[in-house]
Amino acid sequence: MVGGKAPLYTQSRSKATGVLLGPQRLAVTVNEELEALAIKGEVAAITAGWQEREAEDEELQAALGNRAVNLMLHARSDAVGRDDPELFVAHRAKQDRLRQLQALYRGRLAHAIMAARELQAAAGDRALIESELEAAIEAIRVLDDQHLARIKGIEDEYDDAMRPQDRPVVQAHREALAEIIGRAGAVAIAGGHVVSLLTRLRLFDLAPLIAGRPILAWSAGAMCLTDRVVLFHDSPPQGQGIAEILEAGLGLFPGLVVFPHARRRLRLSDPARVALLAGRFGPAACVALDERCKVTYDGHRLCAAANTMLLDFDGLLRPMEPRCP
Amino acid sequence: MSLAIHKLLRSAPLDDAAVDRFIKRHSFPLVEGPHTTFIFRGDVEAVHLRHWVFGLGSNQAFKRIAGTDLWFLVLELPPRSRVEYKLEVHSGGHSRWVRDPLNPNLAHDPFGANSVAHAHGYETPEWVAADPEARPGSLEEFTLEKTAFGDPRRLTVYLPARFRVTRRYPLLVVHDGGDYLRFTALKTVLDNLIHRLEVAPLIVALTHPHDRLVEYANDPTHADFIVKDVLPFMEQRYPLFPAASARCLMGASFGGVASLATAWRYPGVFGRLLLQSGSFAFTDIGENRRGPAFDRVVSFVNAFREAPGRPSERVFVSCGTYESLIYENRSMVPLLQTTGMELRYEEARDGHNWENWRDRLQTALSWLFPGPLWMVYE
Repeated sequence: MVGGKAPLYTQSRSKATGVLLGPQRLAVTVNEELEALAIKGEVAAITAGWQEREAEDEELQAALGNRAVNLMLHARSDAVGRDDPELFVAHRAKQDRLRQLQALYRGRLAHAIMAARELQAAAGDRALIESELEAAIEAIRVLDDQHLARIKGIEDEYDDAMRPQDRPVVQAHREALAEIIGRAGAVAIAGGHVVSLLTRLRLFDLAPLIAGRPILAWSAGAMCLTDRVVLFHDSPPQGQGIAEILEAGLGLFPGLVVFPHARRRLRLSDPARVALLAGRFGPAACVALDERCKVTYDGHRLCAAANTMLLDFDGLLRPMEPRCP
Repeated sequence: MSLAIHKLLRSAPLDDAAVDRFIKRHSFPLVEGPHTTFIFRGDVEAVHLRHWVFGLGSNQAFKRIAGTDLWFLVLELPPRSRVEYKLEVHSGGHSRWVRDPLNPNLAHDPFGANSVAHAHGYETPEWVAADPEARPGSLEEFTLEKTAFGDPRRLTVYLPARFRVTRRYPLLVVHDGGDYLRFTALKTVLDNLIHRLEVAPLIVALTHPHDRLVEYANDPTHADFIVKDVLPFMEQRYPLFPAASARCLMGASFGGVASLATAWRYPGVFGRLLLQSGSFAFTDIGENRRGPAFDRVVSFVNAFREAPGRPSERVFVSCGTYESLIYENRSMVPLLQTTGMELRYEEARDGHNWENWRDRLQTALSWLFPGPLWMVYE
């Protein structure tokens, strides 16, 4: 919190139920979860993160027992762009501004993270260092919140000016989507390109629609459902490997920051890095969402599979509690 | 620091059994901190280490341990060095170059294979070996019947995994394509780097020269072949981004010269260049001393240094510090910077060889064609 105000990221009015899963490509578990949730009927599938490969969902169909109905959000958003060029131009201009903002934030963030890392490595009076480190982490949190506020400002400005939800072409698609989701027993959201996915979930304002159904989401799909979408990689071939906030998520699974492919993308054996992530995003639970991991939410409380690890404030990984029965 | 070989020298009795135990206990060459111990066993007259490290005496003699048939040589190698070598064994009045029989680590090139010593801190990049999780791309073979050369030319095309005609891709044109495939495991490397999202999915045109020392030495026919034969063929057949920033020329050694010379002759066509250990020989005064094969290269580089223009937009240059060409490549850096092109320069403690060029591919390609690493979570 900053200055006693409420957090600036999404506080969704809707609450969802369902399960967030680790990557599915090499270890499919979504079928087991469907069975465990006793889902009947069709499953509304969102594969917009696959972008132009959205419709190539044969493997997903097989995993979902050939009962998926692909919502085709990527294709629908292309159609919106074609049918409503004014909205398309305004949307692209907004995305350009957001990209510029992200670059500016990234520059400030690098300095703030370096300050914290220097303090983590400092030698001397621990009490003094800890106090400075706490302040340095708080500075990062303030920066993250400021970034979220600025994004929200740009998004609000765009919504006020363009009122996308009131535009006939968007409304028509949303009605069709509502009909499919309404008759589905569950919603499955696959991973992929997180911006492509989140942008389309927002364009059709799907949060209230999917909140009423059990949701199974993995990788980028899981990221989009939490409060904050954090982009991360500790060892990229270019750049410094500093996790950055992309924007607010849909907030349907609150109190979490998820890190898909954590074993591959994060240096989990480096306590300083783990502690910095946990401290920066706490009190939200920072969850390593690797293959076969899961976090379940019943609308009130979270629980996790035994293999699902939490990035803890002391830099260690611990099994996330409570465990799912 | 007491080295294992010194302990062996102090052991008593220092006999064949002691040598057997020493060899069984260690792998060779034996790396102990900055020291690397090479050994050879055999009843021969002399053993020398032959290597291609510019700046290090190229004929290092082994010592024989008295009363045994064990020969050894200790060298101090800087951290992260990678040294290719052979042993020159003198026996019966003759000498022959052989690979180190105790070292299974080999590097292959068009002339055969060398033994390789990895100094402390060097690790073969993990993205070099086939990753079972990586979706494989595919290779297609073509023959361009009518070319600027006047004869048919083979062209190999790499398509990334999950290639779609509905999508557009950047194009990488590789000189010495067959050698890159064989000696740098280029296909595996591309599969891995694209799978890891570090490099954008791209299409690669791999060319195969007939006489590289002629064609790659600023030959206008070669430049025409690339720009007027290869490029139109690729653009007609594959969905490529129609922009210079999505086209890259790449090559090593003379292939680096060919890449730069082609871009120089056709500025604005290739917005990306990857120049590995380019043979950028030049003269400030006097004659070329590298031999006739370099005459046209020197003329080109001298002309380029005089008027570089702005042949591309973004250039990655790399060179091994153990190469004789390190001076020439370092000299290119400030020159390229003056052109306004964006430049990245990387050195490694390695020689003029394919594994050096392989090891630079991650940094180079992820900078020239960055993948969606930060955005995609599958």
